[in-house]
Amino acid sequence: MDMAQNGTSVSIQDLSLNFGAVSVLKTLNLDVAEGEFVVLLGPSGCGKSTLLNCVAGLLDISEGRIFIKGKNVTWEEPKDRGIGMVFQSYALYPQMTVEKNLSFGLRVAGLPKEEIAKRIARAAEILQIEPLLQRKPSALSGGQRQRVAIGRALVRDVDVFLFDEPLSNLDAKLRSELRVEIKLLHRKLQNTMIYVTHDQIEAMTLADRIAVMKGGVIQQLDAPQTIYNRPVNRFVAGFLGSPAMNFIDGRLEKDKGDWYFVVEDVRIPLATYAFEKEPAPGPAVFGMRPEHVAFNSGTGWPFTADANVEVVEPMGSDTLVWLKLGKQNFTVRVTSERTPSNADAVNIGFDPMRASLFDAQTGNRL
Amino acid sequence: MTAGQITANQPGQDALEHAGVAPFGPKPRRVSPGRIGIYVFLVIAALFFLIPVYIMIVTSLKGMPEIRLGHLFSLPAEPTFQPWADAWLHACTGRDCNGLSPGFYNSLKITVPSVIISIICASINGYALTFWPYKGANLLFGLLVFGAFVPYQVVIYPLIIGLSSVGLFATLPGIIIIHTIFGMPILTLLFRNFYAALPVELFKAARVDGAGFWRIFFSIMLPMSVPITVVAVILQVTGIWNDFLFGIVFAGRSNWPMTVQLNNIVNTTTGVREYNVNMAATILTAAVPLIIYFVSGRWFVRGIAAGAVKG
Repeated sequence: MDMAQNGTSVSIQDLSLNFGAVSVLKTLNLDVAEGEFVVLLGPSGCGKSTLLNCVAGLLDISEGRIFIKGKNVTWEEPKDRGIGMVFQSYALYPQMTVEKNLSFGLRVAGLPKEEIAKRIARAAEILQIEPLLQRKPSALSGGQRQRVAIGRALVRDVDVFLFDEPLSNLDAKLRSELRVEIKLLHRKLQNTMIYVTHDQIEAMTLADRIAVMKGGVIQQLDAPQTIYNRPVNRFVAGFLGSPAMNFIDGRLEKDKGDWYFVVEDVRIPLATYAFEKEPAPGPAVFGMRPEHVAFNSGTGWPFTADANVEVVEPMGSDTLVWLKLGKQNFTVRVTSERTPSNADAVNIGFDPMRASLFDAQTGNRL
Repeated sequence: MTAGQITANQPGQDALEHAGVAPFGPKPRRVSPGRIGIYVFLVIAALFFLIPVYIMIVTSLKGMPEIRLGHLFSLPAEPTFQPWADAWLHACTGRDCNGLSPGFYNSLKITVPSVIISIICASINGYALTFWPYKGANLLFGLLVFGAFVPYQVVIYPLIIGLSSVGLFATLPGIIIIHTIFGMPILTLLFRNFYAALPVELFKAARVDGAGFWRIFFSIMLPMSVPITVVAVILQVTGIWNDFLFGIVFAGRSNWPMTVQLNNIVNTTTGVREYNVNMAATILTAAVPLIIYFVSGRWFVRGIAAGAVKG
């Protein structure tokens, strides 16, 4: 409840947003450190863009407070918050040239001409859009338009950049190029950036920390690797990772002091698994990422089993193998040299240390 | 299996291999019986509607003796523009024999301000309703749209009372206000739908850039509104120019628009009925909306499409 401590750039405190009877964001808290790159990740309708609009001041919040740079901006106009925003549809003013687009906000603010020219020159140089300055947005490609849109945030000389799915309208190749550019831009500017996306690759590659959202609530806020390896619940585990994590419904059982995950005739020893706290026997869900499974590599694993290959999907760099483990569907990612032919009987093995166990009812990590 | 895949994946090679092979199946025919039928129907329909226009033009170019012969369709034997001059300058409405020209100027004085004011108001209305929704905005919009369906005759009497109580009945400002009010529902609907089809992020970006209500309207929205404004201008100019009822009721004798004057000229029966003059006067009155349509038809379609379909 105190003022944002030093080093905190954006602080969202107990933020709620209701549209009539519908609660879109539920007492949400989020602190973003100075210079940090935070990605809000979630399926559509989870409230991530809404949250960003609240931070920008484009939506009036129902409850809570927002601090930017230690200043309470809860009821400030967007322009007074020290933010720049980049939108999915670029939102360039179509009848203005690129230069006029960039300078619009500065002209509204009444900055002197030389200052405007200086800032535009700097932004154009950083984004390499100098040759485009006199063109209209309609004469630009998608990638160029998004560069200009980023430039519009850049010239405002703000502390916080807000990105609302900036790459979703671009084709896959351009998307990966601009992704790297945004990362470079962040390294160069050292600004605080909050970035909304539903693309997990963007989230994983760009973020210092990812906030995975669902139903207006942040499910997990952590570094990308932590979110990937130790998801706090089944939703986070399933949302991240492509191909998705394998989930097996079964039971936790204790046998002579050791825990086992049991489903039909498969018994997975959990001696190496780090439980959050001492579990209770009962229904549970066992999660294992396809790339954490060893394939035809001997019996030196805590758990090994024989399985039958159902379908093989070669993807070039690697191959996805769909197996039957007992009666359970199970996918394994293997290097392309080891691609088995269909209907092979194979051998898999893994270390439950890399697994994630979830409560069958609540979906929380055990 | 593999061979098929390879050719399918290499369209260049595919095209080469099939270069000498004729396409299979009957060639699509350009002219089908259905097409011919449609065109015959269209031509007949066009002729049907053009016949009155033709009669009007040839009659207006004939002298009265020639008209009395009764050859409705024949071209004028001695073409004369005297009826046109008479219609413009000398035709009589009651005791005044000044022709249509005062009515023309009256119509200009009514139409130009009404069109400008109503479009300015409607565009601001549509903009505010779309981007700055306030409490009750939807209700207000609903009422406005409902207003488009109220028959004019119902509200004329209350409006007469209202206007006369503020001293605006039978004045130029009075008729301008009336036209502005009655243009509001349909124009607001038009502009609101146009703005609603624009990406809302454009508005958000302008807000982040620090622009306020008027700045966003004038710098961002208005320059983008050209197509829909053209539609609005056409609708309003033709609507107001062609208006008869409001003109005769609210404008006052000295401001009667061209349509009212035309009616008076045609219905004034002192002596001989001058068909040629009547025809010329009618063509003159209809000329303005006609020209507007011909000049801006392309824009009209484009604007309607931009407002209605896109989005």
